[in-house]
Amino acid sequence: MNNFNTLYNLVTGPLVWLTFLVFIGGSVYKIRQLFSLVNNKEKFIYSYMSLKFSLRSLAHWVVPFATVNWRKHPVMTVMTFLFHFCLVLMPLFLTAHVTIIHEAWGIRWVTLPDGIADTMTMIVIAGALFFLIRRFTLREVRYLSVASDYVLVAIVAAPFVTGFLAYHHILNYQLMLILHILSGEIMLMAIPFTRFSHMLYAIFTRTYIGSEFGSVRHARDW
Amino acid sequence: MTNPSENKKPMVLDEGLEKGAAKLTQDRIEKTIKQVLEGETGARFKAYVETCVHCGLCSDACHVYLSLDRDPKYSPAGKVKRTIGEIIKRNGKVDAQFIKEASVVASTECNLCKRCAMYCPFGIDTAYMMLIVRRICHKLGVTPLYIQDTAHSHAATMNQMWVKEDEWIDTLQWQEEDAREEIPNLRIPLDKVGADIMYSVIAPEPKFQPHLIYDMAIIMNTAGINWTMPSEPGWDNSDMAMFTGDNELCARLKKEHFDLAARLKVKKIVMGECGHAFRSVYDVGNRMLGWRMHPFNTIHAIEFYYDLLKTGKIKIREKYKKSVTLHDPCNVSRGRGLHDKARWVINQICEDFTEMYPNREHNYCCNAGGGVVNCGPPYKIKRVTSNRVKAEQVAKTGAEILITPCHNCHSGMDDILAYYNIEMHTKFICEIINEVMVKPEEA
Repeated sequence: MNNFNTLYNLVTGPLVWLTFLVFIGGSVYKIRQLFSLVNNKEKFIYSYMSLKFSLRSLAHWVVPFATVNWRKHPVMTVMTFLFHFCLVLMPLFLTAHVTIIHEAWGIRWVTLPDGIADTMTMIVIAGALFFLIRRFTLREVRYLSVASDYVLVAIVAAPFVTGFLAYHHILNYQLMLILHILSGEIMLMAIPFTRFSHMLYAIFTRTYIGSEFGSVRHARDW
Repeated sequence: MTNPSENKKPMVLDEGLEKGAAKLTQDRIEKTIKQVLEGETGARFKAYVETCVHCGLCSDACHVYLSLDRDPKYSPAGKVKRTIGEIIKRNGKVDAQFIKEASVVASTECNLCKRCAMYCPFGIDTAYMMLIVRRICHKLGVTPLYIQDTAHSHAATMNQMWVKEDEWIDTLQWQEEDAREEIPNLRIPLDKVGADIMYSVIAPEPKFQPHLIYDMAIIMNTAGINWTMPSEPGWDNSDMAMFTGDNELCARLKKEHFDLAARLKVKKIVMGECGHAFRSVYDVGNRMLGWRMHPFNTIHAIEFYYDLLKTGKIKIREKYKKSVTLHDPCNVSRGRGLHDKARWVINQICEDFTEMYPNREHNYCCNAGGGVVNCGPPYKIKRVTSNRVKAEQVAKTGAEILITPCHNCHSGMDDILAYYNIEMHTKFICEIINEVMVKPEEA
């Protein structure tokens, strides 16, 4: 029991601060690093960036089935969009999470009904499973996969699996809660320093190619 | 169309690669890789390497992957994995054999067609990654022999085909003389300062297809254009250096070309029906010289024909009767969005036009572009067998004539049509225009 308390205090205390430091600090660092590369070596990129064509490109790629390739892979498309949608929104609007923030800082915002949050959690887990199975079964994906790809699927699924187990009091609640918090922290800290950084970079790669296709190539990029 | 039963993979022996690789030392390889990756790449390279989540969604974009029974090593990301991926994984410590193989991947298995950039959800530009590989191979002197020969020709003569100055001028005068049989006062004005248009072609035209210069002379004279062709070096708008990774030579070539147009004080450069040359002038060479866009108003032949037909400067006597289809060259459709103008022109001059699918920006590359056809005979069988989807795509149209306003596409498609026994003939737009337009003596 004491061990649980010590662990609980660790993951909800110092590790939280470390997580925010690494996640936010790391993200800022990665984006600054990218811009410093642009400024020092590829300044020309700015002259090709176009707001209109950036938005045109983004608008097509953030809407399911709005691009040729999304339409070519309907199952992947549905899973990708559902997975990312739930992955980002559910933790931000989960009642339990908002309550913790409220208790700590006195601010709060709208929350999701627990039933919906529970479904969204299952969607994230199903999505992770889908990506994993896809990695094993599709030849073109298996060929590209490296060990870290499988680890990343595990890292992203872990907070949702443990959160789900804790919420439903399956297995040891306290252990699950601690593992849930810890795995969430690991996931956030991994974002800037793994291929999760597509969360930070996607907008830049997308808008750059969108601008090149729109204003130089006068062609669609979807 | 028949399906060739033998799908043999011939042993490729390329002297350029063998001899180049034999001269390499481990130290030189590592230093060169470091110099290119650290000195010449920046945010794009970093973002592309770190953003790719290995989802494989780029695969369906690639005609090579699709044609070789969806072998994953030929997908765009698969090719990156086999080249840049390995280099990064081994921290640049790769051997000469690896460089040789990377050169084959980047120079003969990717056409830099950028179709995959339209299929990657992040918009990762795999063609750019392949160009980095070609750049490393160039700096190491391990470039396929045939394309390197054309680059040497560029460097020595400022044209791709070792065409001597007197041969060039003589060819123009020969075409002028021949065309006078049709239009007696026809001229191909050389070095006419202050002309409205400088017409430029790629060196294979005087070397192998002078009749295309003939066709254009007829069009220019009929339309009453104040035009000229330059006699001096810089007349050739082609650019194999941009495909070998010789960026410095690419810049030299384009400087010569733009300077020539400036010396002649022309208003506009019109380019013949070539895709890669257009890419060089419009999108690559200008950047090598520090220009955001091409510094000289330059248009591709498609746009020129479009303007001539729109303004009524050339009129059609009777539309072309045979059924035609259009292969969109990557560099002018995905590269410049001229696909709709090309269709408008073709519908003006042809009676029976059938689309192939997919088309426009989504068209499959001919597999000759990006310098692949220029890597020569050692790779010819591989080039046609790794574009089976193209053969199937064109065969489905059932057309008699395959129009494609690009030289590389012509070479690539001719080889594909022959190999897969497809009864279809390739044509340039100017050949059809010359056949169906109203000429002065009929006017």
